[in-house]
Amino acid sequence: MQRRQLLEVEATEPVGPYTLLRVERGGLDPGRPGQFFMLSPPGRVLPRPMSLCLAPPGELAFLIDPIGPGTRSLCELEAGDEIAVFGPLGNGFDLRVERPLLVGGGIGIAPLPYLAEALGSPPAVLGFRSEEHAEAAALLPQADVVVDPTLVTDCCLEGFDVLACGPEPMLHAVAALCPGAQLAWEAPMACGYGACYGCAVEIDGEWKRLCVEGPVLAA
Amino acid sequence: MLLNASGCLDALTAPDVARQLDAFVTKTVTPLPRPGNPPVRIAETEAGMLNSIGLANPGRDRFLAETLPALRELGLPLWVSVGGFSAREYAETCERLDEVTIELNLSCPNVDEAPESAGEIVAACRAATGLPLYAKLSPAAWDIAEVARAVEAAGADGLSLVNTMRGLALDERTLWPVLATATGGYSGPALRPIALAAVYACRRATALPIVGMGGVTTGRDALELVAAGASAVALGTVLFSDPDAPGRIRAELETELELLGLDSLAAAEGLAHAGGVGLRSRPVAGPAPM
Repeated sequence: MQRRQLLEVEATEPVGPYTLLRVERGGLDPGRPGQFFMLSPPGRVLPRPMSLCLAPPGELAFLIDPIGPGTRSLCELEAGDEIAVFGPLGNGFDLRVERPLLVGGGIGIAPLPYLAEALGSPPAVLGFRSEEHAEAAALLPQADVVVDPTLVTDCCLEGFDVLACGPEPMLHAVAALCPGAQLAWEAPMACGYGACYGCAVEIDGEWKRLCVEGPVLAA
Repeated sequence: MLLNASGCLDALTAPDVARQLDAFVTKTVTPLPRPGNPPVRIAETEAGMLNSIGLANPGRDRFLAETLPALRELGLPLWVSVGGFSAREYAETCERLDEVTIELNLSCPNVDEAPESAGEIVAACRAATGLPLYAKLSPAAWDIAEVARAVEAAGADGLSLVNTMRGLALDERTLWPVLATATGGYSGPALRPIALAAVYACRRATALPIVGMGGVTTGRDALELVAAGASAVALGTVLFSDPDAPGRIRAELETELELLGLDSLAAAEGLAHAGGVGLRSRPVAGPAPM
C-alpha cells in the first residue's frame, strides 16, 4: 500500500560518483524490486522518482546520481534531516523467472541490488562509462563488470531471462537481443501516481503513463 | 469548497486523492482523441514547473461512453473541462453533457486557440446547454477583467481563475529547451500572486462566483484567494508533490480562520475588498510586517 511520510535520513554514503541515501523506513512498504518512490528534495517544487536500491531492516536506500538541482539536493542531505517519501509506486519486475540475468547500465543499476536479493543473487552484468562509475558495482558483488567502450550487450545475454535497467540506448539494444526481457524505463515525471501525464511513453501504439503502466515493461 | 485544477489529477487512477475533494474536475476533453505532445513534457523551474502535455485525452465519444460513467461511480460532483478549436466544437460537447458542471478551457497555452473570442465561445455554449458554465481564463490577457465582463455578458455562470502562463526552461548543460515543444504552461508557487491579482480584479469587475487557483500550496494560500474574491479553491501543482494536499490544506485553512477569528470560509470571502480583518479580531498583535 502506497503512502507518503516524512522520514529521517539515516546516512548518505558515496558510491563512486553516486550517493546512497539511506532513510528510515517508517511505515512504508518497500514494495517489489523495480517499483519506485517519489522523494521530495528540500527547496524544490517537484519530487523525484527513485527506484529502491536496498531494503535493509528498518531502512529504505536509494542510489542517486547528482545530475541536476533535485538530485543534488537529495545527495546533500545529512543524517537527521527529514524528507517526504511517497510510495511504493508503479509495477516492479515479475520475479517468476527460471534463469534470471540482471543487466544494468550506469545509474540504472539502482534497482538491481534489491532485485538480486529477491532472486537469490543471480548472475549479473553491469556496464559503466568509467572506472570511477564502476565503483558502484560494489553494491552487486557477484556481477561481471564492463567499462566503456565494452558494452553489456558484448556479453552473452542469450538463454537467460533478462531483467534490465539502464539508459535508453542500452535498453533498446537489450530488447533487440532478448525478446521477452523485462526492462525498467525512466521518464521525467511530476507526480509518480498518474496525475500529471508527464511520463507518457508509446506502448503498443498508444501513449501511456510510465508511472502507472511501468516502469518495468516487457521488451 | 476544494477542487482539483483540470489536468492535475486522474480520479480513476487515484480515487483516494479525489475523494478528499468536494468535486472532481476532469482533464480537458476535446472532440477528437489527442495523443498529446511528444516527451519531454515536464520541466521543473526554480519556483514552479512547466508542462506541455498538450490536452492528451481519449476524445469526446470515448470520454462519454467510458470515462464519464466510471467517474460517476466515485459519487463525487463532477466538473467536465471542455476544450475545442472552434466555438462550435465547444458547444457540441456541452450539448452532449448532463448532470455536471462545465468548465470551458478557453486558455490552454499548449495548443492553438479557437479563432473566436472567449465571449463568443461562451455564448455558443450557453445556447447549447442549461448546465452551470464556468469560463477558465488565462492570466496572460492584458485586461482579464474585460474578458471576465465579456463572458459574464455572454451567459457564463462563473469563472475559473487562472490557467497556466506560457514559459520556457533551458537545459542546465546544453541551453537547449527542456520541453520537446520548447514552451509550456507555467504553474506552481510563482503563479500565485498572478492568480491573486486576477481573482481580485475579476471580483471587482463581475458578480460571478470564482474558483481561484494558481500555486496554492498551503491553507494560507487558499485563504488569500478567498479573501481576494474566490468562493472555491482548486489545487494543481501541489497535488503532484503531495497527494495528501487536499486534507492537509483543509486542516490548515481551519487553523488560519481560527487565528483570524473568522467562523467560516464564507466570512473570509472578499475581505481584501472590504478593509480586511479588523485589528481587534486579531488574537495577537505581532510585529509589523517587513
